[in-house]
Amino acid sequence: MADAIATVTPVEGLGMITIRADLSRAGDAIAEAVGLAVPAVTRITSDGSRGLGWMSPDELLLVLPRQETAEALSMLEQALAGEHALIVDVSDARAAFDVTGPHAEDVIAKLCPADPTALPPDGLRRTRAAQTAAAFWRIEGGFRLIGFRSTADYLGLILRNAAIPGSRLAPR
Amino acid sequence: MLILTCPYCGVQAEETELHPGGEAHLKRVGPDGDDAEFEGYLFARKNPKGVHFERWRHAYGCGKWFLAARDTATLQVFGTYSAQTPHPPAEIVSAIQASRPDWQPDWT
Amino acid sequence: MTYTPPFRLAHGGRLIDRAFQVPFRFDGRHLRGVQGDTLASAMLANGQIMLGRSFKYHRPRGPLASGAEEPNALFGLGQGGRFEPNQRATTTALVPGMVLSSQNCWPSLDADIGAVNNWLSPMFPAGFYYKTFMQPRPFWKHVFEPIIRRSAGLGRAPKDRDPDMYEQAYGFADVVVIGGGIAGLTAAREAAEHGERVIVLEQNPVWGGRSPVDHRDGEAAIDALLADLRGRGNVTLRRNCMATGLYDHGYLLAREALADHDPDQGIPRQRLWRIRAGRIVTATGALERPLSFACNDVPGVMLASAVRDFISDYGVAPGQKIVVVTNNDDAYRTALTASDAGLDVVAIIDARVDVSGELPQAARARNIPILLGTGIAKVKGSRHVEGVALCDQSGDGTVSGGLDCDIVAMSGGWSPVVHLWSHCGGKLLWDEGRAMFRPDPERPPLGADGRGNVLAVGAANGDLRCAGDLERPEGATMPVWVMPRNAPYKLRSKMWLDFQNDVKVSDVELAAREGYASVEHTKRYTTLGMATDQGKVSNINGLAVLSKALDQPIPATGTTTFRPPYTPLTLATIAADARGEAFQPLRKTAMHGWHEKHGASWEPVGHWRRPYSYPRAGEDRHDAVNREIMAVRGGVGTLDASTLGKIIVKGPDAGRLMDMLYTNMMSNLAIGKCRYGLMCSENGFLMDDGVVARLSEDTWLCHTTTGGADRIHGHMEDWLQCEWWDWQVYTADLTEQYAQIAVAGPRARDLLERLPGSIDLSAGAFPFMTWKEGDIAGIPARIYRISFSGELSYEIAVPASRGLELWEKLHEVGSDLDITPYGTEAMHVMRAEKGFIMIGDETDGTIIPQDLGLNWAISKKKADYIGKRAQARGHMTDRSRWQLVGLESLDGRVLPDGAYAVDEGRNSNGQRKTQGRVTSSYHSPTLSRPIAMGLVRHGPDRMGQVLEFPLPSGEVMKARICDPVFFDKEGSRLNG
Repeated sequence: MADAIATVTPVEGLGMITIRADLSRAGDAIAEAVGLAVPAVTRITSDGSRGLGWMSPDELLLVLPRQETAEALSMLEQALAGEHALIVDVSDARAAFDVTGPHAEDVIAKLCPADPTALPPDGLRRTRAAQTAAAFWRIEGGFRLIGFRSTADYLGLILRNAAIPGSRLAPR
Repeated sequence: MLILTCPYCGVQAEETELHPGGEAHLKRVGPDGDDAEFEGYLFARKNPKGVHFERWRHAYGCGKWFLAARDTATLQVFGTYSAQTPHPPAEIVSAIQASRPDWQPDWT
Repeated sequence: MTYTPPFRLAHGGRLIDRAFQVPFRFDGRHLRGVQGDTLASAMLANGQIMLGRSFKYHRPRGPLASGAEEPNALFGLGQGGRFEPNQRATTTALVPGMVLSSQNCWPSLDADIGAVNNWLSPMFPAGFYYKTFMQPRPFWKHVFEPIIRRSAGLGRAPKDRDPDMYEQAYGFADVVVIGGGIAGLTAAREAAEHGERVIVLEQNPVWGGRSPVDHRDGEAAIDALLADLRGRGNVTLRRNCMATGLYDHGYLLAREALADHDPDQGIPRQRLWRIRAGRIVTATGALERPLSFACNDVPGVMLASAVRDFISDYGVAPGQKIVVVTNNDDAYRTALTASDAGLDVVAIIDARVDVSGELPQAARARNIPILLGTGIAKVKGSRHVEGVALCDQSGDGTVSGGLDCDIVAMSGGWSPVVHLWSHCGGKLLWDEGRAMFRPDPERPPLGADGRGNVLAVGAANGDLRCAGDLERPEGATMPVWVMPRNAPYKLRSKMWLDFQNDVKVSDVELAAREGYASVEHTKRYTTLGMATDQGKVSNINGLAVLSKALDQPIPATGTTTFRPPYTPLTLATIAADARGEAFQPLRKTAMHGWHEKHGASWEPVGHWRRPYSYPRAGEDRHDAVNREIMAVRGGVGTLDASTLGKIIVKGPDAGRLMDMLYTNMMSNLAIGKCRYGLMCSENGFLMDDGVVARLSEDTWLCHTTTGGADRIHGHMEDWLQCEWWDWQVYTADLTEQYAQIAVAGPRARDLLERLPGSIDLSAGAFPFMTWKEGDIAGIPARIYRISFSGELSYEIAVPASRGLELWEKLHEVGSDLDITPYGTEAMHVMRAEKGFIMIGDETDGTIIPQDLGLNWAISKKKADYIGKRAQARGHMTDRSRWQLVGLESLDGRVLPDGAYAVDEGRNSNGQRKTQGRVTSSYHSPTLSRPIAMGLVRHGPDRMGQVLEFPLPSGEVMKARICDPVFFDKEGSRLNG
């Protein structure tokens, strides 16, 4: 009773880079520069440390350890030199939370109009969490959810509210 | 509350994840247009009871604008398709005519 | 006839556990129920049959039903923040320590002053309010309205904050079955067998619907189905979960009660489910109809099904001597149940003349008297039933005899619950044979694919045998809309159709006579089926009476519109988690915490909170504004400008796009330079403004207003994706990536030069309207030399995570310069002193740049930009459009924002004509006098003229037209 139905942990130290380009043309160069395959539509590829998520038909999000951001930015700039592309550091524009535990799905289901149980193992879903934009994908033992930096307090609050003890979604 | 499938990412999005944008396939009239043409472009919007083409943005998703063909009375969705098309594509037309045999395109 | 105990039967009651006593309080009296009781069964077990007063006439009322359709037994429940009005006694589980209070009576339920309305009831016919409160007109405001307001509304609204938690959740299923009775569970099993993901929602805490009470083997059948479903991984069974509404494309709302009236559990009280279903099965059963005979509202007149529910489910005898009155076989079950429980079934009064079904045979076998072709002429008693007067059903109510009894169990037949089916466009058909509206399978609600996505099953589909006893076929129901058939007015004016709203047969007939031919109009005129009833109890009888009065068949009258919610939903459940801190996303800049610590008085701007000013001890927020302005003008100040939109536009065609987005030329902006730009919508109106910086050959950065960032980014993407999709441009909204600090004032440069950095800030190296990149205080930064205050000003953008660090360093090294944080209001006043426009003040969606003297920012060279064509329309080029000027108040007082300048003459409505209005107005501490800007017809040509601004008080303020730039017109300060 006393335990939250899932653990909500703010994630620090993440770097994020938005890459906008013609993926069919520049995909190989991007893959080589970041060391990850270009994800299929609505998927995320990952090597455990970095992830490359499909955000839109001409947009990818590279998620990586913060200290690797500068190097990755310049690798991408070099790889896409001459290509019509936009590469920007958005590390400071985002807030990230890990929602873990056996009932992490319930927390997502309370906030997002998207079925977390239907998310493939490598799926990335852009949607909203309550009243703000968010995206989530699977991590070991749960989900990682990202939103905007300015709403970090709000996101933390609604995630913790959704995880309050005794509020599992399984029928009572 | 509608659900529409974003043709870019395949996500079946609900209305709260989308942003409506009014009538689709408007042809912009610029500085060269005369008053009547410009008035038609800026103000005259179709508002049919029945088959209609609309702009929607997958705002809480991939951010792309797309177009939807649907019946404003029954809310039947005939299909969604790329915003980069001057007219509804053939498969949308045939999807409409499969349920509305009398319906005819009003473009040429 | 007295109303005598015992009320709790010695045996029976499948839902209660007599071993556990449950104490509660009702109007201050201490009472006891047992575990499993509802409030209604507990009250009846205590001999309390009068549970409330009716809304209009304050007539004594007992429970009519045993479920969600109950119109009478509504209580105030709980105390303080947990008080809730109108809690339905028949569906609210009794919890230890509950505190109940009766409603709609004063000073008490027993001695209610308002009951005088009952004696005056001939004065309150249908439409009473509409007819009475018309004349004399002056009476409306001071006499009629206060009276109506005092008597309007049922129950009293809680005043304290609700301390309970609520939440919401999204659900997804192939099939959602609504109703956990035998039909619903059977449908669920069928869907589950096909491997579909199934959710079953049951409004009650127990499964089974009517089957366990009405079917000999009902309970066993239900148990078997439940056991099967519980063993399946693809089925979710959710009880205490009321489907309240069906919406488009398979969307439905349901309210799950988790810890209703039981706050000690420490979990959310209720959960609102938003479920998206591939298909929906409505297995919502049927509701029994009352019969319309005189005084059918006296406490003790109950639906036959309710009487047997109280006996079977709760072991409660509503009374000792029961009369059953019916037009169908089903009600005989009540007689048999009562007789089994040892109660005295005085007689069964059956309106039909030919009765031969198995159930009547069983009653005959027990020697229960059955009076055929008979009706009730009138119920005797006022606070509870004392007996009935009998008559010939086909006659005019002449009394043919009488019976003593304390309960009248009535049944007028059954109506399928078609509410959910109807919410989203499902149509009904009138089934003449069974005298009911039922779902028309040819016209169901439609899904996104255009095919029917709702299926009604069981009693909800009109199949009334479903929950009953299939081996004992029932005889036909005979429609009885008025009892007796030819009842005179005297009786018809005592026959209740809608118990909650006190609508009688005579009221509906009066409405018909007065020309209300539409059922929707009649509903509103008489209040039939309004409030929580929503057609549950009153609908069919009312329609039938109206149809007869209009001399047309029932389907020609049709039904009123069924609207969600099926039963009332508390607002807290709809709001769910969105309250308190989580009411709205509050957007915070990197320096938000600093502002808070330094006493910021907040101003909401969109979802952001920006400091309005930073009042110190002894200051109000306006004193603080004045101090902040003087500090900036005299020294240096800092503004948190992080909320301004920052959008990157990049690509080979970016310049082309920029030239279309802005009214001025942006493609020729030199790298390293900044330019103020205006953005218009396609209809020519000014929508946003801000400073643009050219970052590189193919990259521009657009600053937008705080409120405009999302919208302008969307606007750009709209044009790129939907119009110029062959242009090679990418945009990115980097608003949140950067913290931005405006450092403004004559000492701004002195201050910044104290910090180590790689950027030469000198006037020569870093002129006005340029930007530079480098680092300052060890933080990578881009600095823009731009000014919204009119002072020497640098706006420094750093990664958001370093924003607070820079802000604090600035305040540390500037402490001896009296560095002052300033808020949005100081910014507003300073920009107005400079005559700079503000989106939202000088603009309101109908203003073009030309109105604001901004022609200098509109390119004459460009062939096109968004809004150009619109600005060439006749109305836009009209010389008499109001134009921006400054306004000097003549008497030294600040003009009210939004005040209108009047002109000679009056318009067609008799109002003074106007010739201008105030758009911004402040006290300028810099100039020690009021300043204002406004839009005035021919304004710029009328310098020095005086305008009159009448105030609501009748007083007239005067102001002289002047130049809108009040301070440092030559710009020597910002160029410093």
